[in-house]
Amino acid sequence: MIKSNSGIRKTDVINRRMFIIGAAKIVVFVGIIARLFSLQINENKKYLTLSDKNRIREWKLPPTRGNIVDYFGNTIAGNLKVYQLHIIPEQVENFNYLLLRLKNLLDLSEKKIAKINKLKSKLKPWDSIIVSENLTWSQFVKINNYLYDLVGVKPVMTISRNYPFKEMYTHVLGYVSQPNEQEILANETVQERFVPGMKIGKLGLEKRLENYLIGTNAIQRYEVNAYGKRINQLEHQKGEQGSKIRLTVDTKVQKACAELLKDKAGSISVMDVFTGDIIAMYSSPSYDPNLFLFGISQDEWQLIRNNPLKPLINKTLSGLYSPGSTIKPIVALSALENNVIDTKFKVKCTGKMELYGQTFHCWKEKGHGWVSLKNAMKQSCDTYFYEVSRLLGVDRLNITAEKFGLGKKVLGEYFENEKKGLFPNTKWKKNNLGRGWVLGETLITGIGQGYIQSTPLQLCMMTAQIANGGYKIKPKIIVDNRPLSLEEAKKSMQDEQLHDSDKKLFKNKKNIKIVQEAIFSSTNERFGTSYRSRIDNPKYQFAGKTGTAQVKRISKRERELDLELEQIPYKDRDHALYVAYGPYINPRYALSIIVEHGGSGSKAAAPIAKKLFKLIIDRHELRNKQSNFEEISI
Amino acid sequence: MYQKDRLNNEITIFQKIKNLDYTLIVSVILLSIVSLFVMYSTDGGEILFHTKNHFIKLAVFFPLMIIVAFFNIKFWHNLSYIIYLIVILLLIWVSFFGIKSSGSQRWMDVYLFVLQPSELMKVAIILCLAKYYHRLKIENVNSFTSIIFVLSIISIPIIFVISQPDLGTSILIALSGLIILWLGGVKVKYFIYSFITFLISLPFIISFLKPYQKLRILTFLDPDRDPLGAGYQIIQSKIAIGSGGLDGKGFLKGTQSYLDFLPEKHTDFIFTLFSEEFGFIGSVGLLILYSIIIFRIVRIGSISRSNFARLFCFGYAFAIFIYIFVNLSMVLGLLPIVGSPLPIMSYGGSSMLATMIGFGIVLSAKINHKQIIA
Repeated sequence: MIKSNSGIRKTDVINRRMFIIGAAKIVVFVGIIARLFSLQINENKKYLTLSDKNRIREWKLPPTRGNIVDYFGNTIAGNLKVYQLHIIPEQVENFNYLLLRLKNLLDLSEKKIAKINKLKSKLKPWDSIIVSENLTWSQFVKINNYLYDLVGVKPVMTISRNYPFKEMYTHVLGYVSQPNEQEILANETVQERFVPGMKIGKLGLEKRLENYLIGTNAIQRYEVNAYGKRINQLEHQKGEQGSKIRLTVDTKVQKACAELLKDKAGSISVMDVFTGDIIAMYSSPSYDPNLFLFGISQDEWQLIRNNPLKPLINKTLSGLYSPGSTIKPIVALSALENNVIDTKFKVKCTGKMELYGQTFHCWKEKGHGWVSLKNAMKQSCDTYFYEVSRLLGVDRLNITAEKFGLGKKVLGEYFENEKKGLFPNTKWKKNNLGRGWVLGETLITGIGQGYIQSTPLQLCMMTAQIANGGYKIKPKIIVDNRPLSLEEAKKSMQDEQLHDSDKKLFKNKKNIKIVQEAIFSSTNERFGTSYRSRIDNPKYQFAGKTGTAQVKRISKRERELDLELEQIPYKDRDHALYVAYGPYINPRYALSIIVEHGGSGSKAAAPIAKKLFKLIIDRHELRNKQSNFEEISI
Repeated sequence: MYQKDRLNNEITIFQKIKNLDYTLIVSVILLSIVSLFVMYSTDGGEILFHTKNHFIKLAVFFPLMIIVAFFNIKFWHNLSYIIYLIVILLLIWVSFFGIKSSGSQRWMDVYLFVLQPSELMKVAIILCLAKYYHRLKIENVNSFTSIIFVLSIISIPIIFVISQPDLGTSILIALSGLIILWLGGVKVKYFIYSFITFLISLPFIISFLKPYQKLRILTFLDPDRDPLGAGYQIIQSKIAIGSGGLDGKGFLKGTQSYLDFLPEKHTDFIFTLFSEEFGFIGSVGLLILYSIIIFRIVRIGSISRSNFARLFCFGYAFAIFIYIFVNLSMVLGLLPIVGSPLPIMSYGGSSMLATMIGFGIVLSAKINHKQIIA
């Protein structure tokens, strides 16, 4: 019984202690339920968001670039469907076999194969490897035919930049290509929208207008697992194509320029003398921007880079040339404005001029005899302009020249490679070369040689501003928002010029007229330097001034030899220049032509203007009708 | 008295079936069905490896539970020490020849599944100590020798388990053993003193922990410290449970588990998946089901005539409670991550085997609740 007593006592202890534990259990379970409540009910929203953040991932697709069109709406930089070949490694059964098959089908090089293998080891197995960025249609068809045997291969259709006019607009548009890291970091918009395989503007307007052209990314939302593998697509958000940009250029004229400069190094610019619209701007030779889209081959690159005619340089904007005689209208204008000369002022040309023991030669050895302004301009008499600039002085000449845009950028911020050139004065020489100005330097500046340097586009603008009656214009290459036809634009511009004294580049309107007439005679009167290139029909009649820029100082011996162009080495031949505007009555367009090492302006450059003017003026009617301007946000 | 003994010994098979505790059995069956559905969900809505194996284990161990129940409680009483010794031997065997996996050596291959003897020890220690306190005179409960003896009984398996290493299971074994000490009547002040000693020596103990165990504790204290590394499990588990909301994301629609964000979703984190798909309502329902099981076991203990059965039932009920508590606290971010399965729900043969044997003995106690053990 003792035992059973002890047994009962023990049972009591066990039961009592069990009761305590039971109470503790209830407390703990209530605590757990409270915790569940706080997580699942109170903080449900927070954890739902976190769970969505876990499972939903966004994939950005490359945006579609905006088109660039010419004045008439022709696409000059567009987008093209391209066929690509991707491999998704995780779907491939036998990678080496697949590569072997592709190698045979597409003629892949060993280097390419090695590159693919390297990419494969770097990427996640579900990331696609781009084997070929640009398959030809026949390759694409071939791949599709053998698709049953190529497990893990994905033929993809995508969009790529395309320049249908190839090398014609390269120096205006630039090109797009795959950016490097610095280029991505340099532009915030690019940084934000960049996806691998995307191309950005590397040069020209493509680069400058990147933020307008780029477009927005299409976004695909996928449900992903913990390892980042896509499980299924949730939605597709379409991206917006970049802005369409309309340029002032006329492809017809641009094309003609390209043909006229074929196999030559040089530049042609054509400008509307009232609106400042650039009708054409071609630098020769050029190169095909399409080559850069999928990575240029080493051979092709070397070919472009080593071309002695220097296709990579945009000669219109960054080529610096002595203007030669094309500066003479400005010298004449400056002298007239400063009352240094009048139309009756005459100089006797003996073929040379002596100054402090130095001899300054006229291009015509025998001399022109007594010449007035008109005759001097017509025959481009150097002696006359030596004398005029001696009387005028370089500082007064510099003021007029800078008014007309020399020594300043023409398009300003649009092209980062544009050069501003140089029009010297005494102060400039003192500050930059540390020596005083010498009178002899004034003389050679007066015929556009010496320190003076200008771009072809500057010469074009200078001519345009003489042509429009001496008013300042702002050249542009992008069509602005003003929905006016050309004639209406001209009218409003002329109204503006009457009221806005800032735009007036002259003191006396008569002086401009005198210079215009002098230029006219140079082309349209007997003995004029470009007389042979004239057009008699008043509709197309133009006025122009030739120029020949010396590349090298002519030695006495050479002067005596008087060599033919072909006998001089290419590098030493003079640059041929021509500036002109037309039609002479009611001027509308100005142009500048430069043919590098082309010899004399009258022989090499002026004939090009003759061929071009008819086309330019014929296009005016069409251009004037073209007024369906769209709203463009630039 | 003699006659009563004889009567109990001669319970027929029909009476045994009649005397089974059907509340407990139905609850266990319900739990098994739920666990199968959850396992089906972890397999991504297909009957794959885990679902199949879980079903096979249920199909083998559930009848085993009934078989265990049909043996007289006295039989289990007599076998208690031997069972304890066998499991100790298995632990020793495992520590020499066990299968190694991810840095620990806890398993042995027994054809049907891989056996983890430490899981069996969770039940064996209760059996062993229940028998010991059943036989011990109440006057001797607080004697020095008996306490030292009992502590050694607990320490021996723990030494083996902790060296595997397996901190989670050793804590559970220790708690299962200590509860019998408590129920057996060891003085409250001893518990208080040893708890204080434990707290004081805690820094010392921590210095003995493996780096990964220390990391787990640090991570528990601040899961955002290293969200992609050690804190990942806790954070993802909380996200899964929290995003479940009131009524859950729906069966087979738990994105966290479906998309592999949940770690160990078949085993220790099975509740996370359940809670994500069935929400607060489902989770509370599951807790109620577990509470019914625990309550039934306590009830069976309290109607048992023998103190052995009583001690075993109370101890086992507490053990089940502790498993649930540790597991849920872990996935809810209330405790550091220590490997501990959720009874029946988690995938794993040894845990289920031990749990079913435990239930079997409880059922045996119910059938023979009038049995007096000398």
